[in-house]
Amino acid sequence: MIFSHIPVLQVIVPLVAAPLCVIFPFRKFCWTVALAATLTSLWIALTLLITVYAHGPITYELGGWAAPWGIGYRIDILSAYMTVLVSLISSVILVFSPRSIGAEISNARAHLFYTLYLLNLTGLLGIAVTGDAFNLFVFLEISSLSSYALIAMGQDRRALTAAFQYLIMGTIGATFYIIAVGLMYAMTGTLNIADLAQRLPEVMETRTILVALAFLIVGIGLKIALFPFHGWLPNAYTYAPSVVSAFLAATATKVAVYILLRILFSVFGPDAVAAMPIAQPLMILALFAMTIGSAVAIFQDDAKRLLAYSSIAQIGYIILGISFLSVTGLTGGILHLFNHALMKSALFLSLGAVFYRIGSVQISDMAGLGRRMPWTMAAFVVGGMSLVGTPLTVGFISKWYLIRAALESGWWPIAVLVLASSLLAMIYIWRVVEIAYFRGHPEAGADIKEAPLSMLVPIWFLTGANIYFGINTGDTITAARAAATMLLGGPQ
Amino acid sequence: MEFWTEIGLPAFALPGLLNYWVAIILMMIGFYTVMAHENLIKKVIGLNIFQAAVFVLYISMAKVDGGTAPILGDDIEVYSNPLPHVLILTAIVVGIATTALGLALIVRIRDAYGTIEEEEIRAAEQEAGT
Repeated sequence: MIFSHIPVLQVIVPLVAAPLCVIFPFRKFCWTVALAATLTSLWIALTLLITVYAHGPITYELGGWAAPWGIGYRIDILSAYMTVLVSLISSVILVFSPRSIGAEISNARAHLFYTLYLLNLTGLLGIAVTGDAFNLFVFLEISSLSSYALIAMGQDRRALTAAFQYLIMGTIGATFYIIAVGLMYAMTGTLNIADLAQRLPEVMETRTILVALAFLIVGIGLKIALFPFHGWLPNAYTYAPSVVSAFLAATATKVAVYILLRILFSVFGPDAVAAMPIAQPLMILALFAMTIGSAVAIFQDDAKRLLAYSSIAQIGYIILGISFLSVTGLTGGILHLFNHALMKSALFLSLGAVFYRIGSVQISDMAGLGRRMPWTMAAFVVGGMSLVGTPLTVGFISKWYLIRAALESGWWPIAVLVLASSLLAMIYIWRVVEIAYFRGHPEAGADIKEAPLSMLVPIWFLTGANIYFGINTGDTITAARAAATMLLGGPQ
Repeated sequence: MEFWTEIGLPAFALPGLLNYWVAIILMMIGFYTVMAHENLIKKVIGLNIFQAAVFVLYISMAKVDGGTAPILGDDIEVYSNPLPHVLILTAIVVGIATTALGLALIVRIRDAYGTIEEEEIRAAEQEAGT
């Protein structure tokens, strides 16, 4: 009975839990509620994934109103994959959060952090499960508004300006999105993604739809932080509280990529996308993002800012995979979407532990940390290796697919660029490693202790996942390939 | 209509497309304000105009020639499409939330920096950095 309502519970559980934290503003209580809600979401997401695997896509009508009038949820393999990713990462980060939040956010506002965190999760999960283009906008704004507030909780006053800048850019992006949805509605009379896919081909050649597509790509590009729309990202990730950086880097941009995939392949369909000049510009932007993001990361003094620029580069890889419009490329892109979430959350969380102990993430302050916090820094090194793409880590698998896709299409210079930008990643990770392990007096900072176990366990859970999925690659590749095949199979 | 063609402008049917032209002009005014102004409050105002333009766009789309408001009544047969109206109600709520959050951030920025001019905030940062 309740089982049939599982798709909507995915969204309702965190949504209902969020106000509880405002009504009962007790830190421990809020943390417990938030953790219970995210773990329930994770369980629901896994149930959905298993059901989708066994029986194909699930549709759900909100309030029993059928699709053209009511809002329909539709969960296929890609959305199930996204809900698992988002709820898994958010659960792990919540386990990590109590001490980090205690150190970075004042006691009076800690309960609001959990409220915003749950609202953000609601928005991200909602985007993944909804089958309605306008409903997607509402969830996008729920997650965006809460993320602006989360970023503004950072200690540094620059967190405020970073949040404001993101608010302006994010709102422009989201407004572009509704302009496009409005134009598509004007031409087709529907907001349902499946119906849109059916009715769009008739009007595909009209200027209205072309304008809509342009608005969509720019609007979603702002949310993805695709080069050159990435301006808001470095400051936002640098000055946000550590857990927020980890959460946003691992989930928010990934869900924005999911929106792009949905729009390009489920709404417009692969044939229309291939016929229009979309893939080439995206590919060029992706190549710029990869090289410039990595190159700029090398020159950063703040480790969080370094990871932020690296995120811009990694988003480039994901978009590159998508822009091949081939099964291998799309598999690589979707794999990298999952893998990058694992790497970046592990890396940002280990920086969170560093900040908890030494109160800074300036690379120069990290001298000798390899000795003082061996487990934390080891996790950083493994995460970094995954970012570079060393074999036996997840980063290798996705880059392997990207390079294969480039060679399949006969574009070997792109394969070379992927490798070159991996070398750049090696340089910026090495800068941190060198200072942490080979600099500083052996006696210096003897009072710095290893991070507490409550932080190490989540960090190593994610780091372990980086290695596990790097060796045992079957499941993720099967899922990513299934999603890629489904997307390229055209609207269903 | 002939007047427009005579002076060399495209012959757009004014009554039909006027709303769309207004929407586009408002959109550009708002967008320009967001990008060009240094004052954070003015940026938020620009954002509001930009969003209001989208509301006008949606509402114009819903208009049915000769239709009345979509309400129940004995003699009402032709009425405007109510769906975009409902969508825009939602979008207005989202817009208000964004404005409120933006203004709240501006209050905190003023507390932290003593100014809401981007140029002066940047200068304050550079001073603090050196």
